[in-house]
Amino acid sequence: MRQIAFYGKGGIGKSTTSQNTLAAMAEIGKRIMIVGCDPKADSTRLILHAKAQTTVMHLAAQRGSVEDLELEEVLRTGYRNIRCVESGGPEPGVGCAGRGVITAINFLEENGAYTDLDYVSYDVLGDVVCGGFAMPIRENKAQEIYIVTSGEMMAMYAANNIARGVLKYATSGGVRLGGLICNSRNVDREYELIEALAKRLNTQLIHFVPRDNIVQHAELRRMTVLEYAPQSPQTEQYRELARKIDANRNLTVPTPMSMDELEELLLEYGLIEEADETIVGVAAAR
Amino acid sequence: MRVKDHNHLFAEPEYRELFETKRSFEDAADPAEADRVAAWTRGGEYREKNFARQALKVDPAKACQPLGAFLAAAGFAGTLPFAHGSQGCAAYFRSHFNRHFKEPFAAVSDSMTEEAAVFGGLNNLLEGLENARALYRPEMIAVCTTCMAEVIGDDLSSFIQNAREKGVIPADFPVPFAHTPSFAGSHLTGYDNMLRGILSHLSAGRESGPGNGRLYVVPGFDGHVGDLREVRRLLAAMEVPHTLVPDYADRLDSPLTGRYELYPGGTPLEEAADCGNALAAVCLQRWSTQKTAEFLAAERGREVVTVPMPVGIRNTDRLLEEVRRLTGRAVPPAILAERGRAVDAMADSHPYVHGRRVALAGDPDLVLGLISLLRELGAEVVHVVSTNGDAAFTQEAEALLAEAGAGPGAVHTGRDLWHLRSLVLTDPVDLLIGSSQLKWLAREAGLPLVRVGFPLMDRHHLHRYPIVGYQGALNLTTWIVNTVLDELDRSSDGRNFDFIR
Repeated sequence: MRQIAFYGKGGIGKSTTSQNTLAAMAEIGKRIMIVGCDPKADSTRLILHAKAQTTVMHLAAQRGSVEDLELEEVLRTGYRNIRCVESGGPEPGVGCAGRGVITAINFLEENGAYTDLDYVSYDVLGDVVCGGFAMPIRENKAQEIYIVTSGEMMAMYAANNIARGVLKYATSGGVRLGGLICNSRNVDREYELIEALAKRLNTQLIHFVPRDNIVQHAELRRMTVLEYAPQSPQTEQYRELARKIDANRNLTVPTPMSMDELEELLLEYGLIEEADETIVGVAAAR
Repeated sequence: MRVKDHNHLFAEPEYRELFETKRSFEDAADPAEADRVAAWTRGGEYREKNFARQALKVDPAKACQPLGAFLAAAGFAGTLPFAHGSQGCAAYFRSHFNRHFKEPFAAVSDSMTEEAAVFGGLNNLLEGLENARALYRPEMIAVCTTCMAEVIGDDLSSFIQNAREKGVIPADFPVPFAHTPSFAGSHLTGYDNMLRGILSHLSAGRESGPGNGRLYVVPGFDGHVGDLREVRRLLAAMEVPHTLVPDYADRLDSPLTGRYELYPGGTPLEEAADCGNALAAVCLQRWSTQKTAEFLAAERGREVVTVPMPVGIRNTDRLLEEVRRLTGRAVPPAILAERGRAVDAMADSHPYVHGRRVALAGDPDLVLGLISLLRELGAEVVHVVSTNGDAAFTQEAEALLAEAGAGPGAVHTGRDLWHLRSLVLTDPVDLLIGSSQLKWLAREAGLPLVRVGFPLMDRHHLHRYPIVGYQGALNLTTWIVNTVLDELDRSSDGRNFDFIR
């Protein structure tokens, strides 16, 4: 059983990319479980055709304790028998979402959810840096991390941050970076930029997923493109990504950049301009 | 000058006057109104409301996970229990054990503060391990977590590996660990987690040998150190080579010799490490040993038997029968004679215990053992509260009660001692059995209390006596019948104040 995780900045298309890719993996006969670790709980909706799955934490809050839950209540099966769980978490502004992730994963382990599988995939928010969101990269859990990014500055900033988190655990455990997945936003020179980023992080650009509106059409129907339009060129892109991940042996310990280095890279590709120190702190002339 | 203690000081006139004056600043209720409300809380209407309560626990009869983890860790030779958390956590466990065992309890924390909560507790752990080794020279440090460390998601496994890589602790120095969030499970879960953590750490990488011929016995969370000694005594009488994991009897009931030892006694680490080569293993409790039993059975392939806690004649018979089956050793005549004497004592006393209505509170295994013994004495168990019990416990307890012809409804899990108060005040009993925490209910309901379990803080030395084995059955019978007789004398109007009972 391989355990992988998709990390990335919120809104980057992480859940969309992961679900389409995992659906393509299921197509080639892999047995898969998705563990959604995002408080907004949308990591499984395309597989289940559901608005939002009942989450472990939501049900635990209702019952009063996680110990009162049965596995069947939170584990649902969707497209091509992909098993789906969402950890869930608190409402914005209260509680601790990271703790929700820890609790949910412990629950799954204790209740024997990790059996008869080829892949377990975690879908994790990358903007947050607390210990709970590192749960999937701790020892004996996800061994390969895929970072979903794009050629936008903040997405790259988040990718670099995630690489730092992976490095922290790579020294003591077996977790490695599997590669960057570029979910294209049609930024200028995006391919070259992400390839350069990958190189600096000591990893690979495993696949460049072009932008195609058919993904949004499928999403409106709460489907993956694999199911909505199996013959479309975009579907082929996800199939290729799935094959690449399945064949991937290029697992590395990342070398994250300092903030200055990251800015240099962004300067080089024209994403930011050289700061003009003479205007800093000077108010507009009347 | 004579210094008065608090028992007498606050009864002095100046204090009485002070308390009376204070009432005006405290918005104190009219005493008559307070009495009226207090009386109402003893009734059936309040009981309904009390049982509908959801968001509040009042006096839960359980403690938190790291407390159990500390007790398990204290049962290994030269082992220092270490809480990855705030000083307050470790201080609470230490004082709780001090007060129960009347012994010092050596344990440390890595003093996590607000800063550690924000930046993670790695540095605390590194410094803590280094200091603890340098100052207290343990053979092993057993680390458990606390709420704060769990909430922020500190990963002990990688932290401890970091500590080794940085040279803070030597590569071969054992530092087992357990994740023990206080907000899940109870002290039983923590005991189990820590015990499994220690055994799996010590035995890791060991080759399976031809077997060491020893019977490994896991007592489970037990505040009666006398029980550990009693189990060892029984096994020695049967000439069974054995290892108790853990064994904190000598640490928490040590002789006063004038020389203080930090780590007296305990399960030798070498024997614990060799658990995979055991002849077999017996767990004397179920709810505090589940994961440990699974580990011993699954990872090591040895036969692991979980018996009911050997409280009472039937349960002790069952234990000795299992030991006989597993080891082929016979129960010697001396032990059979002991059994006979305990049965004789129970026969002598049963007229005073038979038909007495009893309410019980405590950990699931202890409560099941007590129900079994009380049935042997003919008492009627009316209310059972086990805050940390589960559905499986309820089923077992109800099955035991059904043998005596009782219907369901007497067993309450997840409930607390405030629920027990409503039960006892609306459906009265003759006797309470449980920890010191029941003393307020005993006073309010005007009932005698037999103190058994954990914690026992307001009476001395009870924990030094066994409650398991035939000797334990005799002790419990003695305490129960004499409590009934004391009550009979106390409430006598003189007509039946008899010389002979």
